[in-house]
Amino acid sequence: MLTDITLGQYFPGDSLLHRLDPRTKILVTMLFFGSIFLADSYTSYCVLLGFTAVIIGVAAVPLRLVAKSVRPLWFLIILTAGIHIFSTPGTVVYSVGPLVVTLEGGKQAFFMAARLILLIIMASLLTLTTSPIMLTDGIEHLLGPFRRIGVPAHELAMMMTIALRFIPTLLEETDRIMKAQTARGADFASGGILKRVKNMVPLLVPLFISAFRRADELAVAMEARCYRGGENRTRMKELRLSWRDLGAFIAIFALVALMGGLRWSVS
Amino acid sequence: MSIVFKDVSYVYMPGTPFKQTALKKINFEIKKGEFVGIIGHTGSGKSTLVQHMNGLLKPSLGVVSVEDIDINGKGDAARVAKRKVGMVFQYPEHQLFEETVYDDIAFGPRNIGLDAEEIERRVRKALDFVGLDFNMFSGRSPFQLSGGQMRRIAIAGVVALEPEYLILDEPSAGLDPRGRETILDEIFKLHNSTGVTVILVSHNMEEVARFVDRLIVMHSGEISLDGEPRDIFRHSRDKLVQAGVDVPSVCTLLAELRGRGLPVEDIALTPEEATATIMAAMRRRDRC
Repeated sequence: MLTDITLGQYFPGDSLLHRLDPRTKILVTMLFFGSIFLADSYTSYCVLLGFTAVIIGVAAVPLRLVAKSVRPLWFLIILTAGIHIFSTPGTVVYSVGPLVVTLEGGKQAFFMAARLILLIIMASLLTLTTSPIMLTDGIEHLLGPFRRIGVPAHELAMMMTIALRFIPTLLEETDRIMKAQTARGADFASGGILKRVKNMVPLLVPLFISAFRRADELAVAMEARCYRGGENRTRMKELRLSWRDLGAFIAIFALVALMGGLRWSVS
Repeated sequence: MSIVFKDVSYVYMPGTPFKQTALKKINFEIKKGEFVGIIGHTGSGKSTLVQHMNGLLKPSLGVVSVEDIDINGKGDAARVAKRKVGMVFQYPEHQLFEETVYDDIAFGPRNIGLDAEEIERRVRKALDFVGLDFNMFSGRSPFQLSGGQMRRIAIAGVVALEPEYLILDEPSAGLDPRGRETILDEIFKLHNSTGVTVILVSHNMEEVARFVDRLIVMHSGEISLDGEPRDIFRHSRDKLVQAGVDVPSVCTLLAELRGRGLPVEDIALTPEEATATIMAAMRRRDRC
């Protein structure tokens, strides 16, 4: 069913990772991405894998959910690995016609696949342990300094918050309209692609109408409460850094330093 | 000839932290021709329950059958059985989409594959049932109408399918008192003239009690009461309170009067009936 989709796949919990400041989590994730691109040897990949494993452990999120986040991108991972296997020059191990598998190709393919998987796992750990609202709060804060060069940080965050807020509502609405039209004999599941698109009309028209109506109502409600943008607004939940965040930063800088060391000392 | 629920349970989002049991081992039967009210507090499972009746939700456990056919089974028999049950959702006007009122009501009949002549007959009849004039409304856009009129068009869209069982989920929600009255009266008229089985879902006891001949009270996923409205109001007040539904205010008033020593019979469901019983009691008292 449609409403079974959990938005941004947030998995409520109370682990150390859940309690980290969202700003810390975003920055740490970005630094981790950076360190992935420093890795170029088996040792460094082992370190990264170990680090990720520890983080998964700390997050206390079911492994099944983490694995689920990688699943939609399997095709991309295999495609990338495949291209690297066949296109890297080096010692030939095996060849079929024009396709040549090299030792270096195999290594490169393994690295690329590991890189992608690590990227996806870390990104999804961020969204698994941070509620969408916290995430946008964090983004707003991090974008704050860029306001001086014209980045509308508050407006962007507000737009994201509203969009996120309305995804479940719209999903519910979609589900309801779909059911209502199904009860009147509409069929969304069968037929050719053209017919299916045509069959979507009874769903899309009411959905658009209700989305516009909601947008209108929300705008009126915001005006009525004198919403004037982000100037001087305070918030109910202030973000505050704590010793946990310090620990997280120490860990990630240690990782970055280690990756840098491994890269430039080994080669 | 009935809708039968056998040991039906339903769980929302199983296997996630958001898991929620909405129905717990429900057993009951709705006979053809009945006018049944299903009432319950928000979240009691009443909407979930009725969505099982035409296969929009499939039970996690148990069987729902319409006229002895398991509607979640495979094959044409199940499809035909499902089609006998028409469903009007909450705020049904949100499902309107066609350019004209005529086309919107005809959407259902067209999907069944009826011919043009039959479709027109059904649209006329459905509009007539909801009390709107065919010539005045059929060519207009549904989006130019008032809320109450849109609601009636949407109900007409389901009535045009000529279901043998008609489920209405909060048909009067969000309408003004007059609109509420009209819609419920029209449903009652439809029931009387065609004998269609009506299942009315609501959380407002006041409006349900006067129409239905059977009341099912839902409380946290279970049926807590099932019976004739007058019986329920007379004998099971505490259970009603527990389920979080109100006893109609006339019943409360009569009970209060009795408590204060006026010998009224507390069987009234509408203000008119209540007036009559109070008058009778007063006359009786004056005579002594």
